[in-house]
Amino acid sequence: MDWLQKQMPKIVLAPSFIAVIIFVYGFIAWTTYVSFTRSRLLPKYDIEGTIQYERLFDSPRWDVAMTNLAIFGILFISISMVLGLFLAILLDQKIRTEGPLRTIYLYPMALSFIVTGTAWKWILNPGLGLESVIKGLGFENFTFNWLVDSDMAIYTVVIAGVWQASGFVMALFLAGLRSVDQEIIRAAMIDGIPTKRIYSAIIIPSMAPIFLSAFIVLAHLAIKSFDLVIALTGGGPGYATDLPATYMYAMAFSRGDLGQAASSATVMMMVVIAIIVPYLYSELRSSKND
Amino acid sequence: MAVPGEIRTNRMFMGGHKMFKKSILASVVTAFCLTSGAASAGPEAEVLHWWTSGGEAKSVAVLMEEFAANGGAWTDMPVAGGGGDAAMTALRARVLSGNAPTAVQLKGPAIQEWYEEGVLANINSVGVAQNWDELLPAAIADHMKCEGEYCAAPVNVHRVDWIWANAEVLANAGIEMPTSWAEFNAAAEKLQGMGITPLAHGGQAWQDATVFEAVALGIGGADFFRKAFIDLDEATLTSDTMVAVFDQMRIMRGFVDENFSGRDWNLATAMVINGEAGFQIMGDWAKGEFVAADKVPGKDFLCTSTPGGGFLYNVDSFAMFDVKGDNKVAGQNLLAELIMGQNFQKVFNLNKGSIPARLDVALDEFDYCARQSSYDMDVASGNGSLLPSYAHGMALRGAQAGAITDTVTAHFNSDMSSQDAVAALAKAVANSM
Repeated sequence: MDWLQKQMPKIVLAPSFIAVIIFVYGFIAWTTYVSFTRSRLLPKYDIEGTIQYERLFDSPRWDVAMTNLAIFGILFISISMVLGLFLAILLDQKIRTEGPLRTIYLYPMALSFIVTGTAWKWILNPGLGLESVIKGLGFENFTFNWLVDSDMAIYTVVIAGVWQASGFVMALFLAGLRSVDQEIIRAAMIDGIPTKRIYSAIIIPSMAPIFLSAFIVLAHLAIKSFDLVIALTGGGPGYATDLPATYMYAMAFSRGDLGQAASSATVMMMVVIAIIVPYLYSELRSSKND
Repeated sequence: MAVPGEIRTNRMFMGGHKMFKKSILASVVTAFCLTSGAASAGPEAEVLHWWTSGGEAKSVAVLMEEFAANGGAWTDMPVAGGGGDAAMTALRARVLSGNAPTAVQLKGPAIQEWYEEGVLANINSVGVAQNWDELLPAAIADHMKCEGEYCAAPVNVHRVDWIWANAEVLANAGIEMPTSWAEFNAAAEKLQGMGITPLAHGGQAWQDATVFEAVALGIGGADFFRKAFIDLDEATLTSDTMVAVFDQMRIMRGFVDENFSGRDWNLATAMVINGEAGFQIMGDWAKGEFVAADKVPGKDFLCTSTPGGGFLYNVDSFAMFDVKGDNKVAGQNLLAELIMGQNFQKVFNLNKGSIPARLDVALDEFDYCARQSSYDMDVASGNGSLLPSYAHGMALRGAQAGAITDTVTAHFNSDMSSQDAVAALAKAVANSM
């Protein structure tokens, strides 16, 4: 009985542990293996070297996908953070309608990316949405056709993504602002330090962990974003808004080119590792120091 | 597995002890009937397809009824979504788990690809007994064969290189259906001058490719098309003719309206129906949209092949997968026989807008576009210009066709020069091997 009690946590955890080992790490290993084969329609298991990676880096479409990921990732993360912080500071001014306002800003996060993408597709469509409305108001020269312009289309994805995520970032930051010790702030106020300086020198620096969490959440949203692009632009015009995830989907499920899909998935995972490992490293180090 | 589940749900809804007992009895009886029924039945077929929309579902129902009338048990496995991508994913899972469906909606080189994986069945006995070699155009029969023996049965022939037009718009502008690309350009400019969108088009990669292959066939001719999109001959892919094809694509880009990006093909067809646009280049499935809007072919809307002759076909077919058990093999053979049957070929294609694959079906009930299609197919079959559509996965495997489409759509949606496009095309094709 004692033995059972001692082993209970392990027994309870074992199934999910095994499941994770097989279905997460096992399949990562499998995908990496397949990326070194010439698998087409069905997986083959003869190692053929790095041919899939050579093809991948030779493909202009993959170039576009990676460039788009960089543009989208950087803009999406930075704009969402800045906007979220700004909104949080505004809401933090002890205003009366904070509750309803907070809910309104947080609501987009409750939508799925498919809904966001579809709504923005209509808003940004030159013949249906914003452009035609403003033209209808009499501004005949107004054009806003980013959605159909292959150079600008990726920025429409940024707009929709920021709209969706900045409210959530705001909520994170708001919680962070509230957790700052009020005593310090009061002391600063008594010393006659202007509000701007209280934010820039005291409150924001003390929220460093919140910034990190927000960054990690947004970064993984950016890297795995797939449904937003599919709903908003379908990867178009042409393949101008392809992201690595849509590239991988096209190769695996439309083109019957599993090896190519596996190699692109592996490269995507490398990108994630490049972001996560420094984070894990800093986390582990700080917990050791504690 | 089903029985305990059934008990549980019944108990939940019925509550009472007596009812519970009864429901066990009922489930056991049902289960018994099901198993005994399966053991004694005749031909069986499980059919994976993605014909789920109105007209298409009706078309499949015809086959289902015929199969049942011949004593067969049909298990329907429709997987909608992604233009067949979802169905292919389902198929891959089924094949990998060693439990392939009896017949699968597959077409073109995909049949050969699955054959090379060693999972297709041989239905040559049916093909020989029914004399398919005589009934099908040779080019189409070849697609149905794996190393010379039949492994698939064709359902229909879609023609891809159609140009559709609104008759009233054309009459008002005083233009005829174009017979050359120069005429098309002149007509389009005239329409543009009148404030009408000349070319209804949706900016999706496959639609760009559909226009592209029609232009390529029209400008380059049948031999050029064959060398470029079937043999993937590098000299042809980089030839001056290919540059001219991309030049024409650049001109066509000027004929579409501003909002074309991402538009579905049927919305583009609606623009022609409403008179907002003059022309659309699209396969004969577009006809269904016109007919559904109560438009009469030849009167309200016009159909003709795209300038330059030739015939690009897109043949839907059912590939037969290797299955175990006499019932299933019998079902497979029965299915193959029915698919090629005159009645099914007629009814199915009347519903779907295509024409029968076999040549001896009476076309009295078909409209004039379909009769035109059938006549042209006969002519093209005779002079060697009956060609598989690359844009619809008939000419090339997924990876190669996708590589070409990538270049075509990148060129169409940017200001890439024709020379750059040709160089990118050759590189993309080489990279996809």
